[in-house]
Amino acid sequence: MRIVPRLRKAGECVIGGSGMSRRVKPDGESRSRPAVPSRLLLPPRFAQWFDTRGWAPREHQLALLAKAQSGRSTLLIAPTGAGKTLAGFLPSLVKLAEANRPRQGAGLHTLYISPLKALTTDIARNLETPIGEMRLPIKTETRTGDTSAARRARQREKPPHILLTTPEQVALMLSHPDAPYLFADLDTLILDELHALAASKRGDLLALDVARLRTFAPQLLSIGLSATVARPSELRAYLQAQPSGQDRIVLADLVVAKGGAKPKIEILELETPTPWSGHLARYAIPSIYEAIGRHKLSLVFVNTRMQAELVFRELWGVNEDSLPIALHHGSLDQMQRRKVEAAMAAGKLRAVVCTSTLDLGIDWGDVDLVIHVGAPKGASRLAQRIGRANHRLDEPSQALLVPSNRFEVLECRAAMDAAYAGEQDVALNRTGALDVLAQHVMGMACQAPFDPAELYREVVSALPYAGLTRALFDRAVDFVATGGYALKTYDRFAKLREMPDGKLRVAHPRFVQQYRLNAGTIVESPMIKVRLARRRRPSAPGSAGAGAVMGGRVLGELEEYFIEQLKPGDTFAFAGEVLRFEGMRETEAFVSRANVDDPMVPSYAGGKFPLSTHLAQRVRNMLADTSSWKLLPTPVCEWLTLQQEKSVIPGPAEVLVETFPRSMRHYLVAYPFEGRLAHQTLGMLLTRRLERMKARPLGFVANDYGLAVWGLGDLSHMIESGRLDLAHLFEEDMLGDDLEAWLDESLLMKRTFRHVAVIAGLIERRHPGREKSGRQVTMSTDLIYDVLRRYDPEHVLLEAARADAATGLLDIGRLGDFLRRIRGRIRHQSLPRVSPLAIPILLEIGIEPVAGSAREDLLREAAAELVAEASSRSGETNADGDVRAQAGKIRRRRLQ
Amino acid sequence: MYGLKPERYDAGDFNDHPVSLCGKTFHACVSGALYWPAERALIVSDLHLEKGSSFARRGQLLPPYDTKATLLRLAEAIDRWQPETVVALGDSLHDGNGADRIGAEDYDTLRMLQDEREWIWVTGNHDPVISKRLGGHVVPAISVEGITFRHEPSSGRVSHEIGGHYHPAAKVSMHGHTFRRPCFVGNGLRLVMPAFGTFCGGLNVLDEAFEPLFGNDGMAIWLMGQEGLYPIATRLLRED
Repeated sequence: MRIVPRLRKAGECVIGGSGMSRRVKPDGESRSRPAVPSRLLLPPRFAQWFDTRGWAPREHQLALLAKAQSGRSTLLIAPTGAGKTLAGFLPSLVKLAEANRPRQGAGLHTLYISPLKALTTDIARNLETPIGEMRLPIKTETRTGDTSAARRARQREKPPHILLTTPEQVALMLSHPDAPYLFADLDTLILDELHALAASKRGDLLALDVARLRTFAPQLLSIGLSATVARPSELRAYLQAQPSGQDRIVLADLVVAKGGAKPKIEILELETPTPWSGHLARYAIPSIYEAIGRHKLSLVFVNTRMQAELVFRELWGVNEDSLPIALHHGSLDQMQRRKVEAAMAAGKLRAVVCTSTLDLGIDWGDVDLVIHVGAPKGASRLAQRIGRANHRLDEPSQALLVPSNRFEVLECRAAMDAAYAGEQDVALNRTGALDVLAQHVMGMACQAPFDPAELYREVVSALPYAGLTRALFDRAVDFVATGGYALKTYDRFAKLREMPDGKLRVAHPRFVQQYRLNAGTIVESPMIKVRLARRRRPSAPGSAGAGAVMGGRVLGELEEYFIEQLKPGDTFAFAGEVLRFEGMRETEAFVSRANVDDPMVPSYAGGKFPLSTHLAQRVRNMLADTSSWKLLPTPVCEWLTLQQEKSVIPGPAEVLVETFPRSMRHYLVAYPFEGRLAHQTLGMLLTRRLERMKARPLGFVANDYGLAVWGLGDLSHMIESGRLDLAHLFEEDMLGDDLEAWLDESLLMKRTFRHVAVIAGLIERRHPGREKSGRQVTMSTDLIYDVLRRYDPEHVLLEAARADAATGLLDIGRLGDFLRRIRGRIRHQSLPRVSPLAIPILLEIGIEPVAGSAREDLLREAAAELVAEASSRSGETNADGDVRAQAGKIRRRRLQ
Repeated sequence: MYGLKPERYDAGDFNDHPVSLCGKTFHACVSGALYWPAERALIVSDLHLEKGSSFARRGQLLPPYDTKATLLRLAEAIDRWQPETVVALGDSLHDGNGADRIGAEDYDTLRMLQDEREWIWVTGNHDPVISKRLGGHVVPAISVEGITFRHEPSSGRVSHEIGGHYHPAAKVSMHGHTFRRPCFVGNGLRLVMPAFGTFCGGLNVLDEAFEPLFGNDGMAIWLMGQEGLYPIATRLLRED
């Protein structure tokens, strides 16, 4: 999605932080009243209510009310704790209090949409207070996937005045024939945490649904609530219907509540030097524990679930005072999470170790310290997390950053500077996904037969699809109708059929059912329940779970791919305990408590973010600016100085490439600072190129800051003798054929395709009892992918998958920017040995396996293992040699 | 972290494997076909032609190219071995009307493959009746030189039998990587072939369905990789 240069500036309204109203203590201290006339907008009943609560309405709350009353869609940007939610609902409450509006439809007045189920429940509870205390004749209800079918059906017929729900539920409601009646009276739309929703496939779907809501209720007022973002204009445009065929973008109005006091951020500095590599910050555990002891309630944020488990265990390892410290992450069982949340709210906890599950704004108690273990990877994420310790706007929030390795010290420093400068890095600029469009087209067909031209006009009024051509739209419709294949053989099986008036209708009611079961854009990797088994007997490998093992309680869920690499007897940390894998039983993993301290802790991914572009720039600048090093901890400063001596420090616009020999191998290390995903893609492509240039590469490793490729060829010599041209090696055209060739085989691409196929409705989601295992879904989409690639390479789903890969898993867009940026700016340094800067990257070798490479090689190794096994059994010693002959021997042994 | 390891084993080493069954020698191929040199016969099982259109009929519009892809792979196998006889070991069509849905081009390909060689359709549970349109001989099972070919392996511990039906697949975990691929599974007395069809998934050989066939005597697995067929130790096998 391009934001066209000519932006129309609608009325902006920025409220200064100085006149910020404050909550007054009951003993009746002075009360600051905002001197804006908009206070007059507040009906007496509301003004009184604020008074009895001892509150004054905040300026941004009144400003938003004024905007709403003059019928202007508006984006409210406010930090956590600024009364954002009340501000969002105030216009609806005021309007509904005056009631007696003429009804044309079912009477639903306000639709509140949030990314989290939990948030809808939380907000509904909070709304009870003003509604109850003012005795307003307003009915509010929530609707999520957990709401019973009967209640959902009733809600469509007799909706409340205010309905709180999620984007998926809106899509489902819109697919029912009664949708025009249900939404005819809709007056206000509130989109909460818009910054978290807009830049995703869920955001695409929501934008399409909002476009449809506007068709049913043309006067619809949209209110967006968001944390601070770098370019609010993109969110403002998201809230407005975009005019078709015009070279301009329409923006909603903007109200900004300036934040309160600046946060106090520190970076942990210790006598012991920060480790060279790793992500676990074990070295800092005692200091983190000490900090927890000094505060009432600390949130300890980490980037991955594995880190959460590890930090949690380590903290309990030093917890001599038995402080109540809890764990909260997305894999844990719902019940367990709810318990932790309740304990937090009740003030029973001193610390919670958590991942992004606590990022979004649910209020669970008075947090007075946020500790961030590992670098925050993005300035916005840090700001959001720090905001969790900020319940009173006028008190500074306290944050402690704990870098887990030396590069992260740089990154923490950059994030801290960005936080002080109030910089943010949410990137929203996106083109609506085609798979989401296909799903939406089907949903609309389920609601009523549609005229493609009309639907197209509606679709392009949604910001992410404003640039969609009619031709591409038609291809999406064709995909829904007949699969969109070049070979037109499915006309007789079409899901959409043309009626005499040119409208398309669903060909069979069963397709409507199919749509409802598969709607939504969240495709989780298949999850396996982890259940505690009561151990009856020591289980024999392979047979565990088959016997009479009693099932205990469910601890949570883990990704299938993680479970499937375990063998019975393996131990891993989960749910704050060390568990022993006993085996699979149907679709559940049975585990027991292991009596060991050190689990094998294999990592499971989850919430691993790459370094943001914005922070990367800051890190590069900091590295280049030697005068800023004195702000860094001494060991880090010494490390960089040593690098300056032994190699070179690259300028802010340069990329440093070092080559050196090390234990019989030759290394090439580059430092793009473009994030792990882009580096992995670059590593793959460089390896392919080096192979063609006869440098005999053997493998590579990448982290957030750089990558290392190693091989048998003497790279330094090749570069110096002109046989290897670095400019050519890093030429942007690697994103052409090389990328295509690699992508086609890439596992990541297959996974991406699977998501696209599910969202677009080609493949059905798994439903209990309908499919045996997620693995089978994976298999079949892989097969479909291979066939499409070969026989229909231009198919719309392949196009959608490539677009996803470019922005998502492979970060090709960012890699392309990097390659363009460094053209003519490669600084090569040939070294006799490994450089100081390279050490953290080389230490990653063995930590991060590279996905997608060398699978076939592994199979050969498996076959060789069989050979070795056979050799040892028969007493033969030649483990290498002629595999075929030996495999033959094994077969004979087995077969006879 | 694995290196790319170009040395040691060559892909060619694993292209196909001799498999002996009750004293007879067959070649299991990476394509999933089985060749019997003594009889100059090529055996393929579970082609599931027109599976894509079968799903499309029910509203899941899978790509319509599976028949073409399967037949082209079959053509490659035929080119390679030049068999005098081809045995399609049942479930050659995904459903009863499949034969009528085969497109003109694919139909011509099939008839071309049948030229100048004997073609035997063994019936299976998906295709108990095979349309005359498809030519060839149609039999419920066939015995050659004491070896019986039938679609669904007989239950119990029989010998001298080659079957399909189960779409055997093996799952292997090594160094945190997991592979799940179709495979040949046998014990020297009987053999179960992988599905040859393009859109066929697989059933894990550790599934209880295989137990009556092989009991606890163990079985030998030849896993189909992208480039080769790999004998795999049973202790590396994983359940789903």
